[in-house]
Amino acid sequence: MTITTSLKDRVALVTGASRGIGAAIADMLGEQGATVIGTSTSEAGADKISQRFADKGITGTGRVLDVTSADSVASLLEGIKAEFGAPTILVNNAGITKDNLLMRMKDDEWASVLETNLTAVYRVSKACLRDMTKARWGRIINISSVVGSMGNAGQSNYAATKAGVAGFGRSLAAEVGSRGITVNTVAPGFIDTDMTKVLPEAQREALMGKIPLGRLGAPEEIASVVAFLASEAGGYVTGETIHVNGGMYMA
Amino acid sequence: MSSIEERVKKIVAEQLGVKEEDVKPEASFVEDLGADSLDTVELVMALEEEFETEIPDEEAEKITTVQLAIDYIKENLG
Repeated sequence: MTITTSLKDRVALVTGASRGIGAAIADMLGEQGATVIGTSTSEAGADKISQRFADKGITGTGRVLDVTSADSVASLLEGIKAEFGAPTILVNNAGITKDNLLMRMKDDEWASVLETNLTAVYRVSKACLRDMTKARWGRIINISSVVGSMGNAGQSNYAATKAGVAGFGRSLAAEVGSRGITVNTVAPGFIDTDMTKVLPEAQREALMGKIPLGRLGAPEEIASVVAFLASEAGGYVTGETIHVNGGMYMA
Repeated sequence: MSSIEERVKKIVAEQLGVKEEDVKPEASFVEDLGADSLDTVELVMALEEEFETEIPDEEAEKITTVQLAIDYIKENLG
């Protein structure tokens, strides 16, 4: 049995691909040979993705997507199918944080984080599933967080969505396994991105002391796990949550 | 152009991996043709594509046999 990590002839959709972990994932899938559509909430972000792909010789494009809008998802997929063919690799990466202590949390802070981080995963996965079942092949990879497993004060909304995504993934994996579709969750720990740069220095120091590997992770170290799951090499892994956190939390 | 009956039977046979001669009008997708719940969802999607229509979920749930599928298509597209 020959097993390959090549993604040649695959079309991959990566949400939230203009920076951070999503950008690294989109680039790595492209470097493995996939045609990649990376999304951003803004026109400028989408252009940045297209430019990055062009610079790196990756086939694909940046597109604008509002993951909270069913119409936006539908029109994006229509466009992708017409231009590149239906995506059979989906990476639900787009996510936001609106941290607050629960007693101070506004309804909007709760609702918007749920909408973008959890409901959007349902929405985009559903939109892609029809073509994956037809193809009898598919990969759905949801980006969660270590916070979904270990919890973090001030992030009850974010943690609820990240734990939710893992449960969603296990159920969907059971549902569509018979069609050759795998569904997995990748849970990054403390990764060097814009999202973690905003943390106060003292909190960063404290976190660092809890990481056996003694350093932040690089976005590429998340991307390589996603690329593995997306390839034939990861074909027998499904319904799983893979923690990538330098040992900060061992499940 | 094939009749609606023929087109429906062909799709059922393809989707469920059964022989066309086994696709009798009274055959139930689940009990006689071995479909699971996901198969029935895919079957409805295939019918939607073949007949270029959208079958609402509450109607789709009632389509449990070959004849019911043929009837639905005839009533709604005839």
